Amino acid sequence: MTQQNRLSGGLIDRSQPISFRFDGKTFQGFQGDTLASALLANDVRLMGRSFKYHRPRGVFTAGSEEPNALVELRSGARQEPNTRATVTELYEGLVAKSQNRWPSLALDIMGVNDLLSPFLSAGFYYKTFMWPKSFWEKIYEPIIRNAAGLGRLSKQADPDVYDKGFLHCDLLVVGSGPAGLAAALTAARAGASILLADEDFVAGGRLNAESFTLGDNTARQWVSETVEELSNLPNVRIMTRTSVIGAFDHGVYGAVERVSDHLAVPAQDKPRQILWRIYAKRTLLCAGATERSIGFANNDRPGIMLAGALRTYVNRWAVTPGQSVALFTNNDDGLRTATDLISNGVNVAAIVDTRPQGTPVQSTKHLFGAQIINTKGHLGLESIEVRTANGSTETIACTALGVSGGWNPNVHLTCHHRGRPAWDDTIASFVPDECPPGMSVAGAANGEMTTAAALTSGANSAVKALAELEISAKPADLPLAEDAPVKLTAFWHVQGGKGRAWLDLQNDVTVKDIALAHQENFRSVEHLKRYTTLGMATDQGKTSNVPALAVMAELCGKTIPETGTTIFRPPYTPVSMGVMAGRSRGRDFRPTRHTPSHKWAEERGAAFVETGMWLRAQWFAQPGETHWRESVDREVLATRKSVGVCDVTTLGKIDVQGTDSATFLNRIYCNGFAKLPVGKVRYGLMLREDGIAMDDGTTARLSENHFVMTTTTANAVGVFRHMEFCRQCLWPDMDVQLISTTEAWAQYAIAGPNARKLLRKIVDPEFDVSNEAFPFMACGDIKVCGGLRARLFRISFSGELAFELAVPTRYGDSLMRVLMEAGREFDVVAYGTEALGVMRIEKGHAAGNELNGTTTADNLGMGRMVSAKKDSIGATLSRREGLSRDDALKLVGFKPVDKTHALNAGAHFIASGNPTDAAHDEGYMTSVAYSPGLGHYIGLGYIKEGSKRLGETVRAVNPVADTNVDVEIVSPHFVDPDGERLRA
Amino acid sequence: MRYSGFRIIKEALTGHKGWEKAWRNPEPKPDYDFIVIGGGGHGLATAYYLAKEFGQSRIAVLEKGWIGGGNVGRNTTIVRSNYMLDGNEPFYEFSLKLWEGLEQDFNYNAMISQRGIINLYHSDPQRDAFTRRANAMLLNGADAELLNAAQLQKMCPFLDFDNARFPIKGGLLQRRGGTVRHDAVAWGYARGADLRGVDIIQNCEVTGFRITNGRVEGVETTRGYIGAKKIGCAVAGSSGRLMAGAGMRLPIESHVLQAFVSEGLKPVIPGVITFGAGHFYVSQSDKGGLVFGGDIDGYNTYAQRGNLPVVEDVCEGGMAIMPMIGRARLLRMWGGLMDMSMDGSPIIDKTPVDGLFFNGGWCYGGFKATPASGWCFAHLLATDKPHETATAYRFDRFEKGLMIDEKGVGAQPNLH
Amino acid sequence: MIINHPLLGPRDAQEFTYLGDASLINRPDWTADDAGHQFYEYQYLRDNPAGEHRELWFHEQGDRSWLVVTRDTRTHIITNVELAPEFARKAGRSK
Repeated sequence: MTQQNRLSGGLIDRSQPISFRFDGKTFQGFQGDTLASALLANDVRLMGRSFKYHRPRGVFTAGSEEPNALVELRSGARQEPNTRATVTELYEGLVAKSQNRWPSLALDIMGVNDLLSPFLSAGFYYKTFMWPKSFWEKIYEPIIRNAAGLGRLSKQADPDVYDKGFLHCDLLVVGSGPAGLAAALTAARAGASILLADEDFVAGGRLNAESFTLGDNTARQWVSETVEELSNLPNVRIMTRTSVIGAFDHGVYGAVERVSDHLAVPAQDKPRQILWRIYAKRTLLCAGATERSIGFANNDRPGIMLAGALRTYVNRWAVTPGQSVALFTNNDDGLRTATDLISNGVNVAAIVDTRPQGTPVQSTKHLFGAQIINTKGHLGLESIEVRTANGSTETIACTALGVSGGWNPNVHLTCHHRGRPAWDDTIASFVPDECPPGMSVAGAANGEMTTAAALTSGANSAVKALAELEISAKPADLPLAEDAPVKLTAFWHVQGGKGRAWLDLQNDVTVKDIALAHQENFRSVEHLKRYTTLGMATDQGKTSNVPALAVMAELCGKTIPETGTTIFRPPYTPVSMGVMAGRSRGRDFRPTRHTPSHKWAEERGAAFVETGMWLRAQWFAQPGETHWRESVDREVLATRKSVGVCDVTTLGKIDVQGTDSATFLNRIYCNGFAKLPVGKVRYGLMLREDGIAMDDGTTARLSENHFVMTTTTANAVGVFRHMEFCRQCLWPDMDVQLISTTEAWAQYAIAGPNARKLLRKIVDPEFDVSNEAFPFMACGDIKVCGGLRARLFRISFSGELAFELAVPTRYGDSLMRVLMEAGREFDVVAYGTEALGVMRIEKGHAAGNELNGTTTADNLGMGRMVSAKKDSIGATLSRREGLSRDDALKLVGFKPVDKTHALNAGAHFIASGNPTDAAHDEGYMTSVAYSPGLGHYIGLGYIKEGSKRLGETVRAVNPVADTNVDVEIVSPHFVDPDGERLRA
Repeated sequence: MRYSGFRIIKEALTGHKGWEKAWRNPEPKPDYDFIVIGGGGHGLATAYYLAKEFGQSRIAVLEKGWIGGGNVGRNTTIVRSNYMLDGNEPFYEFSLKLWEGLEQDFNYNAMISQRGIINLYHSDPQRDAFTRRANAMLLNGADAELLNAAQLQKMCPFLDFDNARFPIKGGLLQRRGGTVRHDAVAWGYARGADLRGVDIIQNCEVTGFRITNGRVEGVETTRGYIGAKKIGCAVAGSSGRLMAGAGMRLPIESHVLQAFVSEGLKPVIPGVITFGAGHFYVSQSDKGGLVFGGDIDGYNTYAQRGNLPVVEDVCEGGMAIMPMIGRARLLRMWGGLMDMSMDGSPIIDKTPVDGLFFNGGWCYGGFKATPASGWCFAHLLATDKPHETATAYRFDRFEKGLMIDEKGVGAQPNLH
Repeated sequence: MIINHPLLGPRDAQEFTYLGDASLINRPDWTADDAGHQFYEYQYLRDNPAGEHRELWFHEQGDRSWLVVTRDTRTHIITNVELAPEFARKAGRSK
């Protein structure tokens, strides 16, 4: 028989049957079901195992607070562990497996833990597994780790797409129950822009789960009409399947919309989920309330669930979890479940009511002053043992039990700014107190537990919130609704029961565990949570925190608010990592910046390397070259022999203009810039205010009040920010304007003895680039290729006769092609970052490895550049004693004594004869390269007093690779130390 | 009472009636020889070592809330000694060695698990910097290995080697690095200190210092005045607020670091993995949750909570290196207040006030330092001299230009 | 967080880069006798208040204005935002 527990009615579409599989078995359900309701309809009560004791478990709730019914949903790369069956919409072909059990759900070997539970008390692991020491990592921990955890990840890349979006509204309404709908209606009719978000897949909240009427209609009819009116208004956006997960600063909310989780796979071009960042001027929290349980022995068996959830299954999904149902309650709401069951023809075996007296529910056994002291049924509830008011015990057969210990307002979002809720005795629970700015609360979330109060408070709160925005609204006319008072007598756990009484079902925390924590002085709420793991499971303690706090309060002899509360943190419900990342993954993790010659380089099969966000050509392999070194050596040799071209666009370029530009630069750079002549370039070293070298580069004076600065690729953004800080914050009256032109100009280095000859072929004839007219460190505006404006700088990073030529970026690709074509007669080569690096090391130029944020001008051998005659950023602090020591590190060159030896960057220097240890560490190698011209490795590095030790042999030790090379300390200028080439 | 497997069996068979309080709840005495302000990891460790290693008595730890409620209870539980600079590496290696014997020392299972820590590198300059660092570690007696991509792939096949924006070229591995059950560290030290007579006084907030003629005599607290010969402050996150009471401005800003944990999962990640081109580090707890984090939010705050952009940034980093975690769920996030110092390194030093000592500026590296920090601070309190591994952690290093700047970003705390 | 830019209106704080205490505007005079000590205090010591804090934010993904934001470090509530040059001039800075 299929769906033997299905009743009539409900919000399901019986014309759309759905088949699905759970643990390999095929079942039927209907459109509108959740996995949990469909399994219950098929009389499947056992759905999971608990975390620690592997106790058999079934559905406990009907919502996102579910601690028990967790499954591995879907298969393959889409496998989703720990998925709550209670919020999983049924779709055709759904596949789910139970988890954390072996070999099967019904027969789980780890269930032995339950028998061993006396030894596995709260925190037992802190007291043992310490001997012998090595056993923790080798024996105990692997066993524990494999036993722990819940579901399994597929270990494959998530194939789905996630998106992010931004929304703005006057009023964000969180929750679409009676309060939320009344608020939305009120605000929408006033013309305010409204977002109405609900985690459920249909709007209506608790109204979908109740049988009562609103006015003359069913609650469901009112919901439909209201939703329809709202849907037709342009100023309202209703977002179902959308969980508002966190309240952040200044009215920013995070929300996750599950766009496709109700489908087998997302539709083409649709994301699985969307993370919305919502900017709300005001927020109304109408998140309702969550029912809580009562502690009694063996209150965790499949078939035992919250009474309100049981009623939801009956009314919304037309399912009874069993054919004979008992109830255990301390309040009148629990009785509603009984009447709804009875009106659906389900046998109510008994109502066990902890209150001493009241109005009995008709046609059933209503026991006042009674308590459940035990239950039976291994894989599902079979009977309950009741202690009646007169002390006698009675066993009552039943296959389902609804428990109600009262309802806790869903105050979570109100606590996200660390506000604490306040205790309310009438509902025996915490209600919102201090809310984040702009947030107010209505309905059950605010402790207003009747439908009438929820409707009214929703409407009134909306009016109030809009009034703060100067939007006048009047409360929507609302239907007549039930207004039955909450009749609750706080009752937390049954005393004197024989077995364990669960509080946190998933993490297996029982009343006894709380008592042990108390005994051992883990009494503050945070200690209690951390010691027992209470509330740390995937359900975040939604159903367990308050009852556990009540037990601790009782043990301490204090009230609950005196004992404390715990702060709720985002997210409200667990959310996928994928949606938090959105599309920023894989190759789209961060943007990629291409140089102007990228396409050209790609055509030539260049290897590329990441330089920050940039992709730069690393080398250009020619046919027949099998090792990168062959390509790089060729590029270096060809450049030094004739001419090479390199795209250096990635260097930062900052345009500096204004009458105070020279003064400004003179303060930015530690060396002098005030007197740089027009038409000249100067090398500049920039310090941070703490005296450490920040960046270096060249700055050209194109005219009296116009400079162009270059920075290193890595520091382009930071240097610009720093200069804007100096301009706006330190010297606000200086006439200086800055703009980054890094992306406006394509720039190429043309280096080598034939650089000028190549240049002449493309520079328009009226511009003289001869050594006399355009000497080393000259610069100027020129034209190339018949009228194209360009800038030419005679600067050299390679040590060769070299120019850097800049043209507007849109001509960058063409210029590269023109240069390579024009250079054919000189056997021009394109060179990449590797050859660039080799040549700068040969020339002894510092780069990122040397300017590593801890080195000074003095370390770099440029100490004398820091002018004492002027104010410049960093000059004063660069003179501190620790930065100007006699034995300071100095940048020098290194070459292997045995020329066949390779060098390693990152090696440390130890003086010959000294032991290899930290006490004798004298510095480190920063950069190394194989110099094809010299035929051996060379290196740059810092070593104590290096400049005084030229000629000394030290050891470059690299213990991580177990190498140790004797190196000679040499000048860092390996090539053309007198600079004849670059002045040629 | 000594904890052991036998004790557990005995108690299990007798209804767990015999377990004693892990620590007492004493009333504060009028005066002590030593007061340690701050019942976090560092404060409790300081008291423990003062009593155990330096033979001191009449010690109190004053905690404004509940012990272990600061950063020892809200970090990502990583221990390692993979530092580069002389001022740091010997200290962190000392700390790692103390971790290795800690459980037996204080008779509490803090689940110290040396499953290894890997720092991924993505470029040649990063590899060079890691080589330098690995060599510094080895020269200081720590362990370090450089893995190439193939070796790494064998160890962590789930990393994105094929489709990454920043290809993974290899990693710096410290096998002795790993994780520790953070809360248990606070409890173990508290219990060990309590057993040695230390008074751990919770819900006792220090509201001011009594200073006469440049010498501290005691503290004003919410539970009255308490005198002391020497006072050590170990309240990282709140250092600025506390030390202002002694008239000090510090080279420290308070910032928030967010941390995250996923739902429990069967084992997927072997050790600790740190992404070198984004802001993400992750490990898996014994319970199965992925514990992860990234950058600080970056603005001064005492609010102990962060904002959405950093949450997204961290998850982006996670998805960038391990796209298998897309369908794992983020369960909880929280924030801790960091003492962000001006060079990224801590301070363990005397203050200009006689008898008043300071321990702070741990940035977000304080947890791994807990044992050595406690030991070195106890050394300083007991002997008036810095411990040999902590000689560089002085206040005056900034005025003298002796910064210990591992990241090389200078005097901007939010970049460390 | 949202910063109400004096020129551009409310902007997500994610568009900005944070520097720190607005006291970084008060760069000491390099010619003072104790310039070294003054620069040390300027560069390294902070009030780091739990409460109202004036701080520098750079609109890096926007108009590149440096702003002085007054924000409570306990609640993150922003009570004032002004352009840094105006603030700096009021603090006596010029050229």
